[in-house]
Amino acid sequence: MKADLVIALAGNANVGKSSIFNQLTGLGQIIGNWPGKTVEKAEGMLLHHGKHIKIIDLPGIYSLSTYSQEEIVSREYIALQHPDVVVNVVDATALERNLFFTLQLLEMGTPLVIALNLVDAAKKKGITINEKKLQKLLNTPVVPTIATKGIGVHEIVDNAIIQATRRSPTNKNALRYGPEIETRIEKLERVLTKVELGYPLRWTAIKSLEGDSEIVNKINEKDPTVIVAANILAGEISEIHKEPCSTVIASERYAVAARIVKEVQTFKESEKPSMSERLDALSMHSVGGYVLMFAIMLSILIFMSLFGGWLSETIQNLFESLNPHLPGVWPDLFWNGGVVGLYATLSVALGFILPFYLILGFLEDSGYLPKIAYLMDRPCHSIGLHGKACIPLMLAFGCNVPACVGCRIMETKRDRFIAIFLSTLVPCSARTVVILGLVGAYVGVQWALLLYIVDFALIFVIGRILNRFHPGVSVGIIMEMPSYRLPSGKVILKQAWNRFKPFLITALPLIILGSIIIEAMRITDVLSLVSNALSPVTVVWLGLPAFTGFLFIFGILRKEAALILLMSAAGTADIRSAMSPMQMIVFALVIMIYVPCVATIAALVREIGWKKAGLITLTEIGLAMFIGGLAFRLLILFM
Amino acid sequence: MPQEHIEEYLEAIYDIAGRDGTAKTTEIAERLKNAPASVTEVFQRMKQKGFVSYEPHKGASLTTKGYKAAVKIKRKHRLLEVFLDKMLHLPQENIHEQACKMEHVLTDETEIALCKTLKGPTQCPHGSPIPPCNLEVKNCQECLSEQTLSLEKREKDIVAITSLKHGEKAKIVFVRGGGGVMQRLCDLGLTNGTIVSIERTAPMNGPLEICVRGCKLVIGKGIAEKIFVQKT
Repeated sequence: MKADLVIALAGNANVGKSSIFNQLTGLGQIIGNWPGKTVEKAEGMLLHHGKHIKIIDLPGIYSLSTYSQEEIVSREYIALQHPDVVVNVVDATALERNLFFTLQLLEMGTPLVIALNLVDAAKKKGITINEKKLQKLLNTPVVPTIATKGIGVHEIVDNAIIQATRRSPTNKNALRYGPEIETRIEKLERVLTKVELGYPLRWTAIKSLEGDSEIVNKINEKDPTVIVAANILAGEISEIHKEPCSTVIASERYAVAARIVKEVQTFKESEKPSMSERLDALSMHSVGGYVLMFAIMLSILIFMSLFGGWLSETIQNLFESLNPHLPGVWPDLFWNGGVVGLYATLSVALGFILPFYLILGFLEDSGYLPKIAYLMDRPCHSIGLHGKACIPLMLAFGCNVPACVGCRIMETKRDRFIAIFLSTLVPCSARTVVILGLVGAYVGVQWALLLYIVDFALIFVIGRILNRFHPGVSVGIIMEMPSYRLPSGKVILKQAWNRFKPFLITALPLIILGSIIIEAMRITDVLSLVSNALSPVTVVWLGLPAFTGFLFIFGILRKEAALILLMSAAGTADIRSAMSPMQMIVFALVIMIYVPCVATIAALVREIGWKKAGLITLTEIGLAMFIGGLAFRLLILFM
Repeated sequence: MPQEHIEEYLEAIYDIAGRDGTAKTTEIAERLKNAPASVTEVFQRMKQKGFVSYEPHKGASLTTKGYKAAVKIKRKHRLLEVFLDKMLHLPQENIHEQACKMEHVLTDETEIALCKTLKGPTQCPHGSPIPPCNLEVKNCQECLSEQTLSLEKREKDIVAITSLKHGEKAKIVFVRGGGGVMQRLCDLGLTNGTIVSIERTAPMNGPLEICVRGCKLVIGKGIAEKIFVQKT
């Protein structure tokens, strides 16, 4: 569908761009209370008073001098794709820093509407902003909004339409630098007419004075003499101010932002610390913070294990009580293949995966994840990363795929590769299903816990090794710390559903099909053929029953399938009669490590290329075999 | 008591003192391989000279005067280490001891010349930060481009943001280092002259949470050590 109008949402990280996007388009962009959720741009359509409007949600960006990969996405889009209007979403609780970016947008001459979001949170903090005055000072429409409640979002669109039809560049004079800088900008503009980059001229001039590496490289390709000129001019500016030119320009922008804030904002400090501050004092405490963190993790695990085990068993029993036990090949195929596949999947999905997504959603939306990044920063250094890496690593507990993509918040290639590699080792919800549903349910929670500890130890060791072989130091953490927010139940439910839906759509049919295939293979005896071919690995090396061979192959598609199909493959619903506790532990251990699932491998290829994706996959197969074999030989001494 | 002796003590207190700023007598005794009794004696004498405030049983903590002197000697020590390592290529294991002896005879003039020759290093070969000088310059670039040494001394007291206590406010004087990190700090509002305050610090050299322009930021210790402030 061709859009009548394209609106891009841009602004600092964690200000509510995706919330506004979801409100306008009805789509389910993942939202949460931490900076760096959105790393790719998203598109959606809105029908507003008969107009088809395309809405673009961009990753958070603090400055047009980009720092990490996801910021480049935003900058390139705004600078080169020329959306009809940019809606600059601004956090009313941190106006000064947000205006720093607004001023840069005005500098680019983009048609602009400002959405002054989180006015409710600002009010709670004692901040009131005179939006009329702000509108006048910036000569740009300002709409106060509360995105989570949908307040003000349609006024944004109304204003955007007006701005787009006016088509006059908003306010180029919003930010004038000192004369010593302005004259040099003009000089450079004249030189820059020689090279055509597609960016606005004044903006390109300012960026090359700042020495922005992206812009400099692009100009260098066309005409290196321009950069020589820019460097000379920048050198003159830093000579005058005794500071690097880019710092001079940033300081001037901030000076303007501070002046505007002074005029439009009144701040009444409340006497007692807010709830969020009191929670900070506890959750970021030097001792208490860590105790709380471990307590949260442990209780999630134990709750999941007990609740999931109970619910999935209930569902299985319910279905099994309906089993008509008809003899013959076709009823066998129908029940043992189809129906068992269905209920095994449902029990796993409702027992483990859905509750886990709800818990994860709560952690994300409350704003707890950045606290983990703060607490774990120092420990992360020993594996060559910094605290921010904890955020994708935490997300990996839900699913490794968004975690790999989320690693784009890491600033350097090296950090990103290490973080991605380690993310694939984090037990995702599918692996949690195998660990808790098999070992937790039939062997004991303490053994499931031990598997987690083994996995974390493995992540630590691999991290140390990767750090060794990838020279260079991590740049260190620089991250905004959001306040706590009470998550909205509706948002969490919707988010969990959005994550759960693909499971129902892709995994359920796949697993039922796999289950029918296994049943057919069992009836025709093909299964034993496959099993025998793999038995040197499964039986001899890992000490597992032969029928697990096929599961390892199927498990590459979906790891939870390995558990679900275990029943079909064993030919009995009672796994205890088919496997010893030791075998269950070894089986879960190998499934946990042996290879990222197909979806993760695909994400790896997309993020870091074939070679590195292959390296990760092969390493993990090797590790799983080694550790699995070792565990079998050790456990046999005790069990 | 020789100056050299006091300087060694200042350094030891500077290194050992925890967040509350006190170093225990026993710790110092162990560090300098002196008897606790003689440590107490030296503390008493340093107190008379105004370098430390000393309370028996609790230990000694540096006064402003003592702190300045300690930072000065640390700076000389680490600059010398860089010199011995980078210019003279001495074996790593020998440079600390050499620097320990040389630091006491290094004049301020030589210190500045050394810093310039080494192009304003930020870390010693062991990775510890080199405290900034006390010259009236805005940043290292200015100093490095100047030909003469006739720069005036700074009046104000400049420390790394990491040495502030919780809740303390200070004004950013300069950010050392370059490239992306410095630009990012600037973009997040940490420009020169901005008031910042420390919210909290994570244990074991973990990151700092600071408050700047109404926002809270978490900054790793390594980066924070390069942000220099003047207490207000």
